[in-house]
Amino acid sequence: MNTKQPFEAVVALHGTAVLRVCRSMLGIHDADDAWSETFLAAMRAYPDLPETANVEAWLVTIARRKAIDVHRASKRNPVPVEDLPEAPTALGVPGADDTELWRAVGELPPKQRQAITFRYLVGMPYADIAAILGGTVEAARRAAADGLKTLRRTYPGTIAEGARP
Amino acid sequence: MNDVRNDDHVAALAAPITPDTLAELHRRLEASAQSEGLLDVAYRIVDSPLGNLLLASTPRGLIRVAFATEDHDRVLEHLAAKVSPRVLRAPKRLDAAARELDEYFARTRRTFDLALDLSLSKGFRRLVQRHLPEIGYGQTRSYTQMAEMVGNPKAVRAVGTACATNPLPVVVPCHRVLRADGTLGGYIGGLEAKTALLEMERSA
Repeated sequence: MNTKQPFEAVVALHGTAVLRVCRSMLGIHDADDAWSETFLAAMRAYPDLPETANVEAWLVTIARRKAIDVHRASKRNPVPVEDLPEAPTALGVPGADDTELWRAVGELPPKQRQAITFRYLVGMPYADIAAILGGTVEAARRAAADGLKTLRRTYPGTIAEGARP
Repeated sequence: MNDVRNDDHVAALAAPITPDTLAELHRRLEASAQSEGLLDVAYRIVDSPLGNLLLASTPRGLIRVAFATEDHDRVLEHLAAKVSPRVLRAPKRLDAAARELDEYFARTRRTFDLALDLSLSKGFRRLVQRHLPEIGYGQTRSYTQMAEMVGNPKAVRAVGTACATNPLPVVVPCHRVLRADGTLGGYIGGLEAKTALLEMERSA
């Protein structure tokens, strides 16, 4: 008997992390479209997904591809950012003020930003990150490490202990 | 992706993800899954005098009504295994079923006018379940009478099993089948629920 969990459980479990990935890649305005495209594509393919598959890595792979599609489709000028709520993130590195930390993460080059997003927001192992970003496991580890090094410089706060590559 | 303004990324990474945001995204997914024909099993949970009821439907019709005592998570897992893993909470497709159940519990409805998908049951069980709605509101039959009704008077025990495995309790009125001596027999929602339904129908 098929033991795959209901798709609703997949959405409930990974919806937040996938939105983080989409936002990290696209910015806040186009992230919703990429999220929707991701879960629609995932729902379509879900019955054929092997039961042993890593659902999270599978979703992040789709999300990354959809984010690139959405980005290509909307070659418009980015909308200026309006007032931001000063609330901390629901997910993220534990610590006092995540907002400032992610502000610094947002300024990293795309590959480092993605490596850090996948590693610290989604919690993926480097092998999975390398499979998604392309390149070696070592390169993925280095992208995250370089990102962290920059963060330590630009955000000399509390990225300390928890966030080791 | 470098031409996306950094400001927007900063905003994205710093912005909180609220339950409202996720709820809105979920609604969008429900709508697009429906229009793309991917919604193999839609479900919603409704409140009733007998506690929360899970309602699930396929494109063919209502396939499952489940009491909370059955454990809704397990029921959904079972549907994922038996029907399709494309199971999504999509309340809209169950609007009609929810409304008719509301009316039934408010005693303004005596028969259900809903498309049913009996594919969870096979053979004799399905036959019995197809005939159960012939027992009118407020009436009861014995398992023996029910066996006669489906043209198999010796299959009393099998009728009992068919009632006990009815995937659509309340809507398919297996609660109207009692033992020959008038005692209740079993019920998937528990004897209290069976009594409550019979009392309600009797006093309506």
